[in-house]
Amino acid sequence: MSLRGLSPRFWVAVVLVVFVVLVGFLGPLIVSTNPDATVGGLYEEPQCCGPLLLGADNEGQSVIANLVYGTRTSLIVGLIAGLIGTAIGLLVGLVAGYRGGWVDDVLSAIVNVGLAIPVLVIVILVSVSLPQRNLYTLALVIGFTGWFWVARAVRAQSSSIRTREHIDVAKLSGAGFWSILRRDVLPYLLSYVVMAAILQISSAILFESTLSMLGLGASGTTSLGTMLYWAIQWGSVRTGAWWAFIPPTLMLTLIVFSLLLLQSSLNEVFNPRLRRGRAARKKAVKEGTELETPVEADDAGPVGSGGFLETPVSAGRGEAR
Amino acid sequence: MALAKYIGRKVAWTLVVFVVALLLNFLLPRLIPGNPVDAIVGRITQGGGTGGEQLQQIHEHYMQEFGLDKPLWQQFFIYVGKVFQGDLGTSFANYPQPVGPLIAQALPWSIAIMVPAIIVGWILGNLLGAVAAFKGGWLDRGAFIGSLFLSSVPPFALAIILLFVVGVQLGILPVGGAYSFGLTPEFSLAFFGDAITYWWLPFWSLVLVYIGGQAVGMRSMAIYELGSDYVNYNRGLGVKEGHTVRYIFRNAMLPQFTGLALSIAALITGGLITELVFSYPGLGSLLFAAIGQNDYPVISAITLLITIAVLIANLAADILTGFIDPRIRAQQSGER
Repeated sequence: MSLRGLSPRFWVAVVLVVFVVLVGFLGPLIVSTNPDATVGGLYEEPQCCGPLLLGADNEGQSVIANLVYGTRTSLIVGLIAGLIGTAIGLLVGLVAGYRGGWVDDVLSAIVNVGLAIPVLVIVILVSVSLPQRNLYTLALVIGFTGWFWVARAVRAQSSSIRTREHIDVAKLSGAGFWSILRRDVLPYLLSYVVMAAILQISSAILFESTLSMLGLGASGTTSLGTMLYWAIQWGSVRTGAWWAFIPPTLMLTLIVFSLLLLQSSLNEVFNPRLRRGRAARKKAVKEGTELETPVEADDAGPVGSGGFLETPVSAGRGEAR
Repeated sequence: MALAKYIGRKVAWTLVVFVVALLLNFLLPRLIPGNPVDAIVGRITQGGGTGGEQLQQIHEHYMQEFGLDKPLWQQFFIYVGKVFQGDLGTSFANYPQPVGPLIAQALPWSIAIMVPAIIVGWILGNLLGAVAAFKGGWLDRGAFIGSLFLSSVPPFALAIILLFVVGVQLGILPVGGAYSFGLTPEFSLAFFGDAITYWWLPFWSLVLVYIGGQAVGMRSMAIYELGSDYVNYNRGLGVKEGHTVRYIFRNAMLPQFTGLALSIAALITGGLITELVFSYPGLGSLLFAAIGQNDYPVISAITLLITIAVLIANLAADILTGFIDPRIRAQQSGER
């Protein structure tokens, strides 16, 4: 993968993600105001420079301080939950796909049940039952309930890799089960796993904010979701106190959008079939005609072109199986 | 024959998942250390105003309702039996009101928002995605970035912004609730005309998000198809463009259809939060209130209902796929 092949979209995504991370991790250092301290009146309007740059919320706390701390909370929850989810999904998917047989049957059945029951339902039931909720229990709950689709996707990939020749070579040379998984199967999936992890992180961040908005957020910590919870609870949208709800809304949107943009631009890099021929497009633009040339058959990369999307239909092609 | 077998398998599978869901709904709350009823009654007393004797009565009522004096497996069957009789328990917060009527009040509002939004969003999104993929160029780029943005905006974020801009700033549409103060829900034209003004905003904020998600998926599917051999072959033969597009559309459609089933859960989740933003009196708002009051029976009834809705939607999509997908019917003759 050379840098030349990366689309502008990728760089836009990288810049946005870096910006969000800076806000979340440097922001709290720069904005020294305590997010729990009362610095102004009820929904005091924004004024230049100082803790009230974005006004005050329903408790007179600084919105800008809450925003940067909330971003940090969302990122922490997202990272922990996303990485846990990806790790479990990867492990289950690898073992199920590579081992096959009854292990595969059992694991796949569990995954399918997990996919069929809405994650929100499980997360709500668990969080309601928890004696207390903090940042980390929330992240754990989201992580442990969100790995099913990673497992399914990884399983599909690893079971197709199982039949490849280099696996036979590895077996013949006496490599053990875990060693084959790690050194001969996993590398073929890495690009996929990176993308899955990005998606997991963004969906975990969304989940955290959804739960917080429902009133199941971490207690004692500010997050973007809890800011919205209070904004809705106190009717700030109706009273027009935009500074209480627009900043967290935009921040959440920015986080999720930048992560999805990053994922989709990486997808185009790793999965050339999604990419239209750039040369062809240029030509078409120059001649003012419609894009006629079909997708270029680039180097298919280790994962192969079939099977990146969940279900690539292969009406005209037999190879996707 | 193959079709019947296929449907039978799907139905059996749905039942298995349903049992697991029942088990989770039953088991998870009982994992709380200590006796849940004590904890609940404790919470009720915190509010004050309830006398000792009355408390004792409430305590006994719940002990009996949950069957807590019996072994766990027996409790489970009591629970399942009650669910199948439509008895969802008694609300903690509004004791002694049963949960059933509370749900029955909220459910129609949720259905009125979500079902049309899902259908309209799916159709418009797929059309947009297919056209963008086929036309290419600026339309494609614009539509793709636009849809990606729409689909990645959290549904509630779009709802909040729509509510603020259209409802509060412009003041075109009412900002919350489902009908004007003073009216009671009834089947009359006047009520309908009033309620629909409250309906537009939550509806559109859901539809826009759904369009985005569907268009992104459809676009990648259609681009996949555009590069496949049969398209090239058709071009070589000089088959009319419109004809080829129909093939592409049909082939790209199928995964979108199964994709709809997979994303139903996310759509419902988004819908619940959207209701919250608009204080629309559906299940989302009920869930919100119940969580705020630790009203466990209501929460568990809603989660069960969401699960059932998702399972039914999945099953319906699977069965329809069976009718649409020629490969399932072709299995009969041993072809694939």
